[in-house]
Amino acid sequence: MGPGTSSSAARKAAIIVHSGDLDKVMSALILGNGALAMGLETTLFFTFWGLLRLRRGRLERAPLSKLNLLGLGRWLMGKRMRRARVASLKRLLEDYRALGGKIVACELTMQVMGLRREDLQEEWIDSYGTVGAFINEAKEAALTLFI
Amino acid sequence: MKEKIERRADLFVDCRGETCPIPLVEFRKAVMRARPGETIEIVGTHGPSKEEIPLAVRSLGLELLGVEEDQDGAWHIFVRR
Repeated sequence: MGPGTSSSAARKAAIIVHSGDLDKVMSALILGNGALAMGLETTLFFTFWGLLRLRRGRLERAPLSKLNLLGLGRWLMGKRMRRARVASLKRLLEDYRALGGKIVACELTMQVMGLRREDLQEEWIDSYGTVGAFINEAKEAALTLFI
Repeated sequence: MKEKIERRADLFVDCRGETCPIPLVEFRKAVMRARPGETIEIVGTHGPSKEEIPLAVRSLGLELLGVEEDQDGAWHIFVRR
């Protein structure tokens, strides 16, 4: 537990990352970083389309949830984001890890999608679990989100 | 090219030009690096971060020593761990 954090069980955040869209994964990572900065112990559960973003080399290849236009919208948004100096998904994920944020990969999704651990960025993942792992964290969390 | 700023705290974090959530994240990293009693100065230009860093200071149970603005419009937040 880092300095300035409380040991109170309610100071936890549990966020499900179900979407693999760029804008939604970005929201989840920004929220995760914010929660950590405020002193909440934070866990992100990557499941379904969200988990596909943890496949090797796939984080930065996320499409937009709207107006993706076969990648044109994503390209334009990327340009605007760089101009506005918005952090990349990779930077946000690395910051999230540096602040002590936990990442759980959904094992059911891995089975359904035929993913092995070595297909994923294992160095980002703290543990592998299913619904029980999430509920166990969420039951003590002051903040739970589904993105 | 960023103008050099004279340091007034034990730890100094320069977030000028960075946007949400980077100043908040860099502030939190500095808190993790700081020893108890050490002071941190964080400087930035992103308006909302000037409001949210003091919120995080309170949430983390740290001491907010002051918030200043310089003649270039950058804010400086001083915190004691």
